[in-house]
Amino acid sequence: MDFKHKHLLGIQGLTPSEIITVLDTAESFYEISTREVKKVPTLRGKTIINLFFEPSTRTRSSFELAAKRLSADIVNFNQDASSTVKGESLKDTILNLEAMNPDAIIIRHSCSGVPHFATTFCQSHIINAGDGSHEHPTQALLDAFTIRQEKKNFKDLKVTIVGDILHSRVARSNIFLLRKLGVRVVLIGPPPLVPLELKKFGVDIDFNIDRALEGADVIMMLRIQLERQQKNYFPSIREYRNLYSLTEKRFRRAKKSAIIMHPGPINRGVEISADMADSAKSVILKQVENGIAVRMAVLYLLLGGKDREAFD
Amino acid sequence: MKLLIKNGRVIDPSSGKDAKLDLLIEKGKIAEIKAKIATKGAKIIDASRLVVAPGFIDMHAHLREPGQEDKETIETGALAAAKGGFTSVACMPNTDPINDNRGLTEYILSEAKKRAVVNIFPIASITKGQRGEELTDMADLVDAGAVAFSDDGQSVKDSQLMRRALEYSKPLNTLIIEHCEDKNLSSEGVMHEGYYSYLFGLEGIPASSEEIIVARDTILAQEAEANIHIAHLSTKGAVDIVRNAKKKKIKVTTEVAPHHLILTDSYLEGYDTSLKVNPPLRSKEDIQALIQAVKEGIVDVFATDHAPHTPDEKDVEFDKAPCGINGLETAVSLLLDRLVSKNIISLNKFIKMISTTPSLFLGLENKGKICVGADADLTILDLHKEIVVDVNTFKSKSRNNPFQGWKLKGTPAMTIVGGKIVYPFSS
Amino acid sequence: MLEKIKARIMDSRKIKRAIQRMTTEIIERNRNLKNLVIVGIRTRGIYLGKRISKLIKELEKRDIPVGVLDITLYRDDFSESEAQHMVKKTDINFSVAKKDVLLVDDVLFTGRTIRAAMDSLIDLGRPKTIQLLVLIDRGHRELPIRADYVGKFLPTSKREVVQVQLKEIDKIDEVLITEPPGVK
Repeated sequence: MDFKHKHLLGIQGLTPSEIITVLDTAESFYEISTREVKKVPTLRGKTIINLFFEPSTRTRSSFELAAKRLSADIVNFNQDASSTVKGESLKDTILNLEAMNPDAIIIRHSCSGVPHFATTFCQSHIINAGDGSHEHPTQALLDAFTIRQEKKNFKDLKVTIVGDILHSRVARSNIFLLRKLGVRVVLIGPPPLVPLELKKFGVDIDFNIDRALEGADVIMMLRIQLERQQKNYFPSIREYRNLYSLTEKRFRRAKKSAIIMHPGPINRGVEISADMADSAKSVILKQVENGIAVRMAVLYLLLGGKDREAFD
Repeated sequence: MKLLIKNGRVIDPSSGKDAKLDLLIEKGKIAEIKAKIATKGAKIIDASRLVVAPGFIDMHAHLREPGQEDKETIETGALAAAKGGFTSVACMPNTDPINDNRGLTEYILSEAKKRAVVNIFPIASITKGQRGEELTDMADLVDAGAVAFSDDGQSVKDSQLMRRALEYSKPLNTLIIEHCEDKNLSSEGVMHEGYYSYLFGLEGIPASSEEIIVARDTILAQEAEANIHIAHLSTKGAVDIVRNAKKKKIKVTTEVAPHHLILTDSYLEGYDTSLKVNPPLRSKEDIQALIQAVKEGIVDVFATDHAPHTPDEKDVEFDKAPCGINGLETAVSLLLDRLVSKNIISLNKFIKMISTTPSLFLGLENKGKICVGADADLTILDLHKEIVVDVNTFKSKSRNNPFQGWKLKGTPAMTIVGGKIVYPFSS
Repeated sequence: MLEKIKARIMDSRKIKRAIQRMTTEIIERNRNLKNLVIVGIRTRGIYLGKRISKLIKELEKRDIPVGVLDITLYRDDFSESEAQHMVKKTDINFSVAKKDVLLVDDVLFTGRTIRAAMDSLIDLGRPKTIQLLVLIDRGHRELPIRADYVGKFLPTSKREVVQVQLKEIDKIDEVLITEPPGVK
């Protein structure tokens, strides 16, 4: 079986065939969520900690359901970054949880590299649920799963990603994944948020929304955060909407069969018009549904097979 | 106590000496230099196969005292310096409180006299409290013993104030050292901006944040006809600016830290905070430009920017870790291994850049040279010995050094300060 | 991996006859064929199940649906096995609740696969009965499980491997006893 990792830190560390293995495995898990008894005993007796230092409902619940459907015990620790202000260091927090002998710790943190940092002193499997502006590997995997579901394969696809590429871990993981599978990726957003240096990742950059969407098979809209405007990455939300919002008119530039994706949560009427978000072309809710199957696959592939010792 | 160093290869760039010679040291001074010296009652040091150089001078270190004694003290910093082959260290004023007055400068000097095994020379701040608002009493500080002025850790933001500092300091025969960083550009950056900052998802510090201040300061120095010394030069663009300024005979001098010549931004892959430093580790192109600058003489001095931090401070999220590399104990071996043994620069040039030139910049008259009557500050090098860096053997109070485990060829074998052997340590 | 073939136990004719015999037994025992469904255990159980379904159709003109069961997620030997098992799809597009389920596998050995299969089936719904059909029963049970229909009882040593090969994927119908290499 082609997946030999102790941790899932990012897409960057995976080979194309490992990515396909995750997607194929997720395919099998997808069926379980359609059963009346949505549970298999595979990870019975395993303990997983959901350690979220950033607010998140979607990803956290998705991991939680994935673990529960595999019969693992999962505990949520929602640690506001403020508790580290109370004096405990991040390392101490994680070491305390590690002392409870979990098999895996799922980490979300606003600083890039925190999951990597955790692997330097943890025995558990570490799963990155989003670190700063770095990576969000399970999101990219579920996006790829959704694309494959809709498009059958990745051949000759054009994926256009719109928004704050610079700060988006979703964009970064998706770029890494899609490029590993040979998919053409076009980036667009306010120029300060789409540095040209990103071309070194093998992507195209365009600053004209109509051109960027031309003939696209997949349109990935990113959430735009208000803080960016305050730091002058773009002048105003109004101008952002005028230049980059996905409207029906703009959507017509893409292929007829094009699908619309968004990692959520959506700012309706900002990066995407409400009618587009709700249109038949939108697979936003399918992404959420698929997230569980993909995360089940990830948990299974990391925790299901081998003894921990085999990796040491 | 007399000391006779026999059969060493004595190199003194100030006089062009490079020959097998004996050195006699008496009363803390160099008493005699000859091919063969015979004397009675001297402790004899056999330096055959070793190089005897004028004591190395680090013109950029943070000794953290007063105020941050958990990171380093004058005593431990001096021990680290001795082990690293340095006989003199100039310490930056960003302590707590800031060294911006006579009292603090005198305190550092008197503590150094009591507890330091090497010479300590305080650098005072350019502005009071390093706040960038008012000049310090520079003449008073020079009189108290400050050898230079710097707001290191930040630039003097106000260009008018910087110009005044350059103008005012001219008759004081002192040196203004600038940490070049436009904080509006570096902002929340934690590493060099470029391919790797995008790859690792870390906020970038653009090269322009350094280069804008380097350019500004050379223009101001030209206008004021004053000296300006650029601390820890790190980008290709900054090298080009300095090259042009030097061509125009602007009195700009520069230093570079070993890590900026050796480590690139790509090393940050594992988010190791011991690599977090300011200026940040730059790109491969920057390193190549810096090495070229060393060869051309655009860079005048090697300085460590020794910046100790405790393990607890560094053992955190990358974004939250303080900047700095603990450099005193690895600088010489790194430079010998990476530059001298690879014939990128000659041994003579290396010694010039780490002893002769800094002594001139700081106005240390009897140091940085080997001649009769000079201070008996000597660094003896073993160019053949290989060492493996082990932070656990550091004399520094802190351990934040990214070269752990590196094998390096060439190391200080003995450090002599004022005629006294301060390293190897007597047990 | 070269393994030594020790004996060819069944050929295409013998396999065909065994399936015919067992099908007759199934028909005799299940008066109400309307309630019968077949679930084949990946991989060769699927093809045995399909052959039986086809035979029943010929003999009784009844369509018996065949589902596919992947038991990987129910295995009890995860941490002992060398590598992860690729999870494949369970594909049963009918309800097993209140049905007479005929579970089909190629070889019955320790009984652990059947245990996992039964757990899995029960999670999918509550069958009225579960019957077990295997082509080969080679003994060495570790759990109290027995088959209702057996193609052939085959006494083996634990070290030996029984290989059922079916035309649908192996291009040939035969049953072999082999021995793995490196064993003295």
